[in-house]
Amino acid sequence: MAETKIKRKVTDTIDSVIITLFRIFDNKVYRYTFLFAAAAFLIVLPNLSSRFTQEIMTNLFFYVVVCLGLNIIVGYAGLLHLGYAAFFAVGAYTTGILSSRMGMDFWLTIPFSVFAAVLAGLAIGFPTLRLRGDYLAIVTLGFGEITRLTIRNLDITGGAVGLIGIQRPVLFGITLNQISHFYYMFFILAILAIFVSYRLHDSRMGRSWEYIREDEDAAAAMGINVTTSRLYAFVIGSSFGAVAGSFFAAKMTAISPDSFMFIHSVMFLMAVVLGGMGKIPGVVLGCIIVVLIPEISRDIGQYRLLIFAVMLLIIMLYRPQGIWPDRPTISAKE
Amino acid sequence: MALHEILLQQLFNGLLIGSFYGLVAIGYSMVYGIIKLLNFAHGDIYMIGAFCGLIFLTIAAPVIGAGWPSLIVGLLISMTLVGLLGVVIQRVAYRPMLKAPRLSILITALAVSMILYNTVMILSAGRYRVFPAEVGTESFFIGTLRFTETRIILIVAAFTLMFILHMFITRTMYGKAMRAIALDRDTCQLMGIDVYKIIAITFFVGSALAAAAGIMAGVYYGTIHFFMGFLIGLKAFTAAVIGGIGIIPGAMLGGLLLGLLEAFGTQIPFIGTVWKDVFSFAFLILFLIFKPNGLLGRAESERM
Repeated sequence: MAETKIKRKVTDTIDSVIITLFRIFDNKVYRYTFLFAAAAFLIVLPNLSSRFTQEIMTNLFFYVVVCLGLNIIVGYAGLLHLGYAAFFAVGAYTTGILSSRMGMDFWLTIPFSVFAAVLAGLAIGFPTLRLRGDYLAIVTLGFGEITRLTIRNLDITGGAVGLIGIQRPVLFGITLNQISHFYYMFFILAILAIFVSYRLHDSRMGRSWEYIREDEDAAAAMGINVTTSRLYAFVIGSSFGAVAGSFFAAKMTAISPDSFMFIHSVMFLMAVVLGGMGKIPGVVLGCIIVVLIPEISRDIGQYRLLIFAVMLLIIMLYRPQGIWPDRPTISAKE
Repeated sequence: MALHEILLQQLFNGLLIGSFYGLVAIGYSMVYGIIKLLNFAHGDIYMIGAFCGLIFLTIAAPVIGAGWPSLIVGLLISMTLVGLLGVVIQRVAYRPMLKAPRLSILITALAVSMILYNTVMILSAGRYRVFPAEVGTESFFIGTLRFTETRIILIVAAFTLMFILHMFITRTMYGKAMRAIALDRDTCQLMGIDVYKIIAITFFVGSALAAAAGIMAGVYYGTIHFFMGFLIGLKAFTAAVIGGIGIIPGAMLGGLLLGLLEAFGTQIPFIGTVWKDVFSFAFLILFLIFKPNGLLGRAESERM
């Protein structure tokens, strides 16, 4: 009993520290000042920093886009997706094949990549979501592995070597080939993703996802079609991943099956869960943790995943809402 | 070889691989049946079982050799240790989450799985390890069919374990309690069944069987690897779905069937060994579409 009490006390202390720390953001003035300062800083950053820093920041923006997509499935709809890297691969390979083998313009490949992701999402999501939400976890896990095996063994995807010679995107007559170009491109994409995420969250659909997540049976009783609604979340989230994959292919110009392993799906999920599922600032925070920690200390190398896994377990056991605290609402005050 | 001989040979191979799948699927299905958790860590438990066997054989080889007698001792010791590991995992990671939202416990299971295989990856330096069992490799023929002593012993051992489990589930009070909890946990608690104890026993039995499968796979393939549990976890889920998840004879049947499907599937010209895993995944999707309750499951709507 005493042990539980101490444990409770420790977690409570940590909680109150975190809450005071983040309470600043509850104030609108502070929040917007911070956001503007951050945005201004990020806009001028490429002029001040090395290529290496820009590379890391581009990676961070890229993570934000991918993880916000995953957040729609995991955070909003409450479904576990363990093969997100596969949808990312679907996007990257659609763009890759169309661009390097058929010489299609990068921007034109994006609708195709979304279409491919929607098809894949329906093929996986429809049989699974009709049954039980948690079947999706393992089916997507399998799908991730199968996609990797498939792109490894097909000729059109270049097998284990992958695809090379994907064309750079051209915007207003400028070929995007500098790291600073991609920095701004992913920055804009990240802002767009944040905007779309907020709009989705506040939409009728977003509210139905929240309802289903909290109480599936009650939602069904209120006339929400649970399967359709979940399928929308799954397909929309997957399309996010595919678009990010297309841009990833354009940035790298070469892609191989090694970029789409189970580990990548897990890292995306980690970012979503650590910061706080379903909360956009939480997801951004999670991305910062997942991207920056390995960069700051490269020594941890092979222990990196173990450390993240332990963090994941601790978060789930003691702080399932993630690091970012819930904003107090009227019902919470009561 | 004539066609029917190839088919007979594949039948035997399929039964052997299928019995591994079945042993792992049983644990998967039991845990799902009793607490409705997809235990992602189950494949890694299988992997830990194989490594336990390896450690035991390495220690025991100079003393009592690495033949069948020490394999049997090693099997029993590993089953016990890994069974206890399963109980510990259940106590530390899953039990506090039983009342939490489903998503949380699924993520917890994923975290446990990653902790297990990353630990083994670090300890084994990420390399393939030779499984040091010294068992007969000489083969004999019945007609033109090739058999090895090892394979026959493995298949007999797997079926023996399944039989013992079946007896345990159908003939003992613990088995009865497990089946009852799978039906309605709250009522069982009211009837005075120590639910947490039965859940712990379920994890013990499931993990021990997975460990046994891991050691047998070590003997059969000759090498083991920290990531060997990943794919078999998927296969075990597929097997459990084919048989009807939560139904223990279904898991055995599903495992054997999946093993046979794969063995025969690799003989179809366009599939081959490269597409073996894609083939069995396709079966999973087909079953989810057309027969989601599995072969032995009855159609029932989920109760609130």
